[in-house]
Amino acid sequence: MTFAISQTRLRALLPAISLVAVLVPILVMQPAVMSYFGSNLLLNLAVPIVLATLAQLAIITVNDLDLSIGPFVSLVACIGATLLVRQPWLGVLALVGCVLAYAAVGALIELRQIPSIVVTLGLSFVWSGLSIVLLPSPGGTSPAWLGAAMSYQTPIVAAPIVWSVLIAIVGHLLLMRSSAGVRIRGAGGNPRAMRRFGWSLVRCKATLYGVAGVFGVLSGLSLLGLTTSADANLALRYTLLSIAAVILGGGEFIGGRVSVTGAVLGSITLTLAASFLAFLNISADWQVGMQGAILIVVLSLRVLLQRGERR
Amino acid sequence: MSDALIRFEGIGKTFGRVRALADIDFTFMRGECVGIAGHNGAGKSTLMAVLAGVYAPTQGRIEVDGQAAPHYDANAARDKGVRCVFQELSLCANLTVAENMCIVHPQLRGRGWRRRATALMREKLEEIFPGNGLKGNELVSDLTLTQQQMVEIARGFTVTDAPVRLVILDEPTSSLDAHTAEQLLAFVRTAAQNGITCLLITHMLGEIERVADRVMVMRDGSIVSVLPREASSRASIIQAMGQHLEAEKTSGAPRVTADRGNERHFRWNVGARKNTAIDASRGEIVGFAGLAGQGQTEALLSIYEAATRRGAGRAKVAFVAGDRGRDGVFPVWSIAENLDLRWLLGGAKARRGLVDFAAARAVVQAWRARIGIRGASMNAGILSLSGGNQQKVLFARALASDADLILMDDPTRGVDVGTKRDIYRLVHDEAAKGRTFIWYTTENEELSHCDRTYVFRSAAVTRVLQADECTEEALLAASFEEHAA
Repeated sequence: MTFAISQTRLRALLPAISLVAVLVPILVMQPAVMSYFGSNLLLNLAVPIVLATLAQLAIITVNDLDLSIGPFVSLVACIGATLLVRQPWLGVLALVGCVLAYAAVGALIELRQIPSIVVTLGLSFVWSGLSIVLLPSPGGTSPAWLGAAMSYQTPIVAAPIVWSVLIAIVGHLLLMRSSAGVRIRGAGGNPRAMRRFGWSLVRCKATLYGVAGVFGVLSGLSLLGLTTSADANLALRYTLLSIAAVILGGGEFIGGRVSVTGAVLGSITLTLAASFLAFLNISADWQVGMQGAILIVVLSLRVLLQRGERR
Repeated sequence: MSDALIRFEGIGKTFGRVRALADIDFTFMRGECVGIAGHNGAGKSTLMAVLAGVYAPTQGRIEVDGQAAPHYDANAARDKGVRCVFQELSLCANLTVAENMCIVHPQLRGRGWRRRATALMREKLEEIFPGNGLKGNELVSDLTLTQQQMVEIARGFTVTDAPVRLVILDEPTSSLDAHTAEQLLAFVRTAAQNGITCLLITHMLGEIERVADRVMVMRDGSIVSVLPREASSRASIIQAMGQHLEAEKTSGAPRVTADRGNERHFRWNVGARKNTAIDASRGEIVGFAGLAGQGQTEALLSIYEAATRRGAGRAKVAFVAGDRGRDGVFPVWSIAENLDLRWLLGGAKARRGLVDFAAARAVVQAWRARIGIRGASMNAGILSLSGGNQQKVLFARALASDADLILMDDPTRGVDVGTKRDIYRLVHDEAAKGRTFIWYTTENEELSHCDRTYVFRSAAVTRVLQADECTEEALLAASFEEHAA
């Protein structure tokens, strides 16, 4: 029995262990990484990925999958680089509209019982199209306040780390600790029971998709603040990256089993993995494949642990 | 009557064209324990779902505390103090024991809800199942089935603001062990004494006999009798369940069994420890009976496995699925493609490695005539047929092949009477030609077509009934046998 419990715990710790496994070799190779500027540089791009991962997590909580988050983040960045600079009120309106559209899509998916993959795959083209209409060629500028916020120097610990910890704490409190968050996760675990006890699944899904929209908007804006210009293809890779990060963080595709802290750790691990491979002097051609290999190793470990639990 | 809690008046419920409940009149009194017995599909679970507000009745009215309750839904039922412990557990496996509390109690919110939920749950668990050892922060998916059922039951009795006045327990002891089941029954008696009405739905008639003040016996969506405590022995409950059977048995002509001989004898060992022997000889129709989900389908599947594997039990076998939508039809294929599928695997001769379309057409046309599907083109999609005709196509699929052994998993589920009669005729004709049928059915009348019937209980055979012993009484008694061999 004690063995079983320790294995359950080990599984919960797996995201942290994989982060350490990537972090330690980096520190050994490049001790300078530990410094304020080193960590800032290394983790700079982690913040938008963390936010996009939480958007994906909200949707995986109800056993759906969002294939449009990458194009959506790009669209937000494009809106930020054009409308938000030229006509701020119109830009804000557009972003609010994006969030509402996300919530409406969630309601639609539940009402009509359409597979989320189909809907979001279709939407990804809509978002991409809108981005190209807004910004046909890369360019634009980020609003001054956004650039300032993203380059804000926090004391002692580098800003990306502070941001990530803050986001993890807020997300954890909302989804894992609050009673509303627990009910929403219940809708992923046993939707039939939730309906039976008089909860509205439509409202549940609309809320979660809306939350995903909010995180998507935050991700797009933070990315724009870092890059200071936008492009319709800026964040396309976020779709798969965010799914990988949620799964790496202990989430599962079905059953409402997710972990906010795990997902945040997972997205940081994936960000670091790219740098890790660069430090190893692995050519860029092989890096994507190596990232995949890291994912496969971690997921196999998890399956092994699960099998051990069942025994 | 001042003690009436909830009154049902002429409650009826239909799903599409299927009538699940008809004309239910019953008054649930304060502080009584009502046992509810009935065979599969008698409407017990539907009636309870109406009481819990999950389904709105299509007819009739519900009265709570002597006042009509026109909008009786899940939230209204909860406000009136009605709780339900469902048979298929309604816990969220990804949440902890305490977190599962906030799904039934919307009042658990704000600061400290988790602490309150844990305290409530632990207190109730301790009250019902002393010494259970649960702390409240375990993930439900890490609990054993018994512990999950304990949590589900305890949750049904927890109180936040609306007092609990009526608790429905649907097969509560199905995964409890003897000790915890004992604790639950004792608690149900105390709860009833404290004014909580308890409804106990169970196939364990001994439990009803022990705790119920009244026993409601259901059959075919209506209440056939209400027995007072004095008259609620196991024997009288079984008698009440059987007394309204139609006398008409559709067995038709007496079956010819003489010229069969022992050309080939099948024998399989099924069940959890492979210790239940099933025998069948050529041309025989063997029935599997018992309550639903007592291991009959698993037995059929293990026979199928044995028959397809190399070895002694090998035979040419075909399977007729009962759950058409899930295991039967290929929804996007045409009727013809659905029909000749098993024939392609065995029976068809390939022409230079390719499907012989002319022969396939001939097979389809021949079977179309035999099963009597008119009107529809055989190239139309299978879903254009009615459910009964789809089932006939599935039969034809099995029979058009070269299979000697046909396994049927409750094949007449949700099929109309006319189609059933056609299916029975087909089965008899094909059995006369030497094919062996193994037929699991939940409708006891159909067992009159069988030469021999195995009655299942808890994944083991409790009794083997020959055709002449296969009466309703014997079947019911064997189905409710509590200590299976």
